[in-house]
Amino acid sequence: MNFKHKYLFLLPGLLVLIGILIFPVGFTVRLSMSSWDSFFPGLDYVGLENYFRIFQEDSRFWEAFGRLSFLSVTTVTLQYVLGFALALMVWKDIAFKRFFRVLFLIPMMTTPVIMTVIWKTFFHESLGPVNDFLNIFGWNPLWLSSEILSKITVIIVEVWQWTPFMFLLLLAGLLSLPKEPYLAASIDGAGPYRTFIYVTFPLMAPISIGAIIIRLIEASKIMDTVYVLTSGGPGTATETSSFYIFIKGLREFQFGYSAALSFTYLIIMIISLTIIAKVLVRLMIRDN
Amino acid sequence: MRKLYITLKYLFIGLWSMFVVAPFLWALSTSFKDFNSVTGGATYIPWVDFEPSLEGWKVLLRSPAQGGVNIVEPYFNSIAVTCLASFISIFLGTLAAYALSRFTFKASFIKNSDITFFFISQRIMPPIVLSIPFFIMLGKLGLLDSMLGLIMVYVVLLMPIAVWIMVDFFNKVPKEIDETALIDGCNPYQAFYKVVLPNSIPGLIVAGMFCMIFGWTDFFFAFILTFTEVQLLPVAIVALNSSITPWWSLSASALVSVAPLIVVAFIVERYLSKGNLSGALK
Repeated sequence: MNFKHKYLFLLPGLLVLIGILIFPVGFTVRLSMSSWDSFFPGLDYVGLENYFRIFQEDSRFWEAFGRLSFLSVTTVTLQYVLGFALALMVWKDIAFKRFFRVLFLIPMMTTPVIMTVIWKTFFHESLGPVNDFLNIFGWNPLWLSSEILSKITVIIVEVWQWTPFMFLLLLAGLLSLPKEPYLAASIDGAGPYRTFIYVTFPLMAPISIGAIIIRLIEASKIMDTVYVLTSGGPGTATETSSFYIFIKGLREFQFGYSAALSFTYLIIMIISLTIIAKVLVRLMIRDN
Repeated sequence: MRKLYITLKYLFIGLWSMFVVAPFLWALSTSFKDFNSVTGGATYIPWVDFEPSLEGWKVLLRSPAQGGVNIVEPYFNSIAVTCLASFISIFLGTLAAYALSRFTFKASFIKNSDITFFFISQRIMPPIVLSIPFFIMLGKLGLLDSMLGLIMVYVVLLMPIAVWIMVDFFNKVPKEIDETALIDGCNPYQAFYKVVLPNSIPGLIVAGMFCMIFGWTDFFFAFILTFTEVQLLPVAIVALNSSITPWWSLSASALVSVAPLIVVAFIVERYLSKGNLSGALK
């Protein structure tokens, strides 16, 4: 099919997107080359100074990025494994199938910032139910104020919130799988374990990769959870990139520098996501 | 062996269900508490563990002047903004996705997949990055604290999701469908509208659901870009949080805010169970 119509389909969306974004993106680029802060507000021009500062002096940004990589890779892996397991379990006939399907979807529908407030009371170190229960055994873990546990708490909340996303994508994928490979597998006498390894998993690989990449994009923006739950603390134990950019930009009002941080972040993300996608394709899709 | 597997399966499902439900039950219980029952340590069952009070729920309907927060107006604002932004995103996103799935675009090194990635990459930006320039831009346009301004911003957030899901979906709808329609004398728009779209309802439902979820649950942009005129639900709820965290009203409002989307969950599940969603997602 060859006609001008194709542009009439594509362009409205593309132009609206570009039209709304052109100013914010252009402005951020320009801002990143200025030293705009609360003392000297104004678009002066300092060249790439902010970028040099990121690479030479700002170890806190790189630590935050390391922490973010750890948190997002861990949460997305857990979400994928758990989401896949749950999807497999409610895929075929089990009792109350439809009830469980709806139930498993619900956490995704809650507003993260509000639900995290509930989680904060849930993990409250003296008034929350978790420690109330653990007190029976004489434990009183500091869910929100210990360096290691606060990371685990963030992971628990993120897994609760977003496993349903994986679950839904993978369940929809499972439900659309063709029947023939399973017939063939059962004729060959393959057990459930081998059927999964050699039939289900390879067939699900493309969906899995898409879901993992989208989740990585979303998980890397983690902000609401950290902000409400720990405010990046204790110290900087749960401070992630976007939270650090938030601190520089909207707390310390170093707009120029935070714009430079954002662009550095964006470029690192695009490069690493491209690499991760390539690696996943290599690992999960075998040509045979 | 088989028995063991089934036992483990139900054990796992049971444990996960408890994990999913626990914070909701806790919120439900907390919403009937008052200051004293919260600060005395964890309590669970009304009448047994603590004396229930309706304070948490009443606050949600009281006007701010009386020390409450009226969530009725933010509720409708949220519904209006979410629905309108989702609709615009789905409309434009579906058209673009159809083009990306059916036609070949080529301009030097830019190909279809690059355009698709361009759409999706809009979601990589952390909201914080865009919030400052959006604030300046909407200020210049006089759209700060207005519904139109928020909808513009949400369209940018939601359209990539719609494009991502619909491109995958259209790739699965056989091309012969539109070709037959074109041979039968439809123009491309009629072919799209009369033949392809009716075959894509499951995809539209999934895309619509994701748009609504992401629109409904956004806090950051609504928080930065609106003040008093157009308050959205999450902002209104978080505003409850003052020097003393009112656990009871926050719990009540958390339950209230998730309610409309549970309806969405049921609709999606329905399509899922009928098998209509097969192929809605790659």
